[in-house]
Amino acid sequence: MTLAAWLDQVISPRARLAVLGAGVFLILAPFFPLWQITMFAGQFPEGLRLSIYAHQLVGGNGGADLQGINILNHYIGMREIHAADFVEMKFIPFALGMFFLLGLRTAVFARVGQVVDLTALFGYFAAFSFGAFWYRMYSYGHQLDPEAPIKVAPFTPPVLGHQHIANFDVYSYPGLGSVLLAVFVLGLGAILFVEARRHGALRS
Amino acid sequence: MLRRIVAIGVAAGMVACAPSGAPQPGQGSRLADAREAAQRTFVPPGQQDEFYLFYSGGHSGQVYVAGVPSMRHIATIPVFAPYAATGYGFDEESRKMLGGYTWGDVHHPAISKTAGDYDGRWMFVNDNANNRLARIDLRDFKTRQILGPIPNSSGNHGSYKGVLSGIKIDSATGEMTMGWQIVTPPFDWDLAATGREISRDWVVWSSYNTERATGRLEVTASQRERDYITFGHWRRAAAAAAAGKGKIVGGVRVLEPREVSGMMYLVPLAKSPHGADISPDGRYVVGGGKLAPYVTVYEFEKFLQAVQANDTIGSEDGIPVLRYESIKVAEVPVGLGPLHTQFDDQGYAYTSLFVESAVAKWKLGPFTGNDSALVVAKMPVHFSVGHIVAAHGDTRHPVGRYLISMNKLSKGRHLKVGPSQPESSQLIDITGEGMTMLYEAYTEPEPHFAQLVRADLLKPIEGYPKAENRDPNAIWAAADARVTRRGNVVEVKMYAMRSYFSPGELEVQQGDSVIVHLTNGEQERDMLHGFGVAGYNINLVVDPGETKTVAFRASTPGVWPFYCTNFCSAMHQEMQGYFLVKPRAGATASAAEPAGN
Repeated sequence: MTLAAWLDQVISPRARLAVLGAGVFLILAPFFPLWQITMFAGQFPEGLRLSIYAHQLVGGNGGADLQGINILNHYIGMREIHAADFVEMKFIPFALGMFFLLGLRTAVFARVGQVVDLTALFGYFAAFSFGAFWYRMYSYGHQLDPEAPIKVAPFTPPVLGHQHIANFDVYSYPGLGSVLLAVFVLGLGAILFVEARRHGALRS
Repeated sequence: MLRRIVAIGVAAGMVACAPSGAPQPGQGSRLADAREAAQRTFVPPGQQDEFYLFYSGGHSGQVYVAGVPSMRHIATIPVFAPYAATGYGFDEESRKMLGGYTWGDVHHPAISKTAGDYDGRWMFVNDNANNRLARIDLRDFKTRQILGPIPNSSGNHGSYKGVLSGIKIDSATGEMTMGWQIVTPPFDWDLAATGREISRDWVVWSSYNTERATGRLEVTASQRERDYITFGHWRRAAAAAAAGKGKIVGGVRVLEPREVSGMMYLVPLAKSPHGADISPDGRYVVGGGKLAPYVTVYEFEKFLQAVQANDTIGSEDGIPVLRYESIKVAEVPVGLGPLHTQFDDQGYAYTSLFVESAVAKWKLGPFTGNDSALVVAKMPVHFSVGHIVAAHGDTRHPVGRYLISMNKLSKGRHLKVGPSQPESSQLIDITGEGMTMLYEAYTEPEPHFAQLVRADLLKPIEGYPKAENRDPNAIWAAADARVTRRGNVVEVKMYAMRSYFSPGELEVQQGDSVIVHLTNGEQERDMLHGFGVAGYNINLVVDPGETKTVAFRASTPGVWPFYCTNFCSAMHQEMQGYFLVKPRAGATASAAEPAGN
């Protein structure tokens, strides 16, 4: 079977359900943080926590940690972190809704090609969002006020992993929201794999 | 005053009165081996104590908080005296609460109870000197109300008439208001305890100087062999007041015992009693006659029977005096100078012995007539114990484990600090049959009663959430800071944040009235900011999320620095500004007068 022919095949009823099931993970993702940044220091044994959701920034300790992080950052001249500055928080929820609608469309019309489109578009969206996140971190760490009380060399806060900055150990890791999104995209991948085997596309 | 009794006790030959069968000091008790004591009291860095100890600071006017078993002082809660360390008495709210007084004499802290057990909501303390009461909110460990001076009453000791006051407490807010008063013969009233279960509607008071003497009381008030413990039915008093009985004196409804039947009974109690305590189950009342070698145990049921049977031996100004023998079930020979009694969870009672300088441990029944067999152990303490406190030792469900002996004299057991000596408090393990001395600490003058409460019962906050701040002058951004002038009144909404004040400069004319509302915009634990103004005797300390107001007159021209007094950050020293008072035309600059007010 040619690739073009395979893309026009109808996926199995079970695969349709699986697409819908993956869509549920997509819908759940905004309820959990996509990313979590935690800063520990001697005088912050419980850490200052920042949770980045699809649509909001939430400081730990009832919101107080976001203010705490901004107060500390002001000493090195970093801009205040505000949810309003994150344009991503406007497009990500919209995009997630769009992907869910695409998922519904895929479940109804059920062409292999639609599953491929959904997977590829979502992959691009995820990569773009991660890139935007990295660039935002880079900007925060590089656009420092030259009149700051404490002068530090420009830096990029950790995007993934651990970094030691001044007296802080900073950890930055994906949150449960991102895990749910990963399940969504891996689910789509698995559907494609199964469908490819079913249609013998992998052999030709 | 109590200190003088040491001399009397010995002079009166009271040692000879001690029954021979009772344990002598040291019996059944021991000093813990140093390693054992260290293990049991050591709380490693970063770990926390199991109990809060709230002890009254006597004439320091404050309440102190320590951890047990470490006995480490953790915090001071200012109540009746200004305390610059937390800015208490400098801001308008606390200054008004203090009402011009700069001291008080804190005697008895009481944590609020529900169904006889601590509920951890508030702590009430009294000021023995100026007849006031204060409420500390245990949510934030702050004094929130001072009631008084209570009318018609002056101190707890001595007057032309005795007056007992019933204070109404709003069970939702803790707010205290004057309830009613009972006018009594001119005894000196001492301690009170409220009942539980069978005794739930009753309160007992101890009184001395039933001689009604004046002059040199140490002699004149010590003539009778028995004074009284008073049983009062507070519900009947409240009902009589609500029904409009008695008369209004000084704005308070004052009841005469003879006009309200069944409200008050006197029961003889051996000489010059001090403590009046009720057993956890409410069945027994223990009275400590401080100039007698035993405590008297009364059974509440027998008291009710005596009331029923009108088993009286006379009256005092219309108050029936019930027959002692009908009500008492034991005279427990605990030792010399018994004062206060606390209880544990194993059926033991503990009584402080001032004269003997010891704590006695004794069995709270069964009372079979062999009273001296009830005393099981004695622990010498150093020296001259006043109050003792056991964990939840005045509640329906005592916890046991620890007892603290709050001694009036330390007599040089500590590093020498000159003639002004601290008091000592000693931690005693009370598990098992005997008592084991574990530790001692030197407490601020001067502990009277205390409360020893399980740490997990209290859940204090560690900052004020912004959303909770109801102060109309609160601001949450430097940009919202404002200076508003109306005539010669300058009102400032100021913002404090690491590490600046906004505005950082204030300019006024000499003679202006200045009102500063300072909001600490922090939401982080322990980020307190101070506001000390040089030359003006002002020091606010504002907690995270809190707004405080100070009002003063810009009386003295000059440039007066203000700065953050409570260390906050690496830029703490930079957290400063100045207050410029421009001389009025014709006025000349002079040296600063502390006050401004």
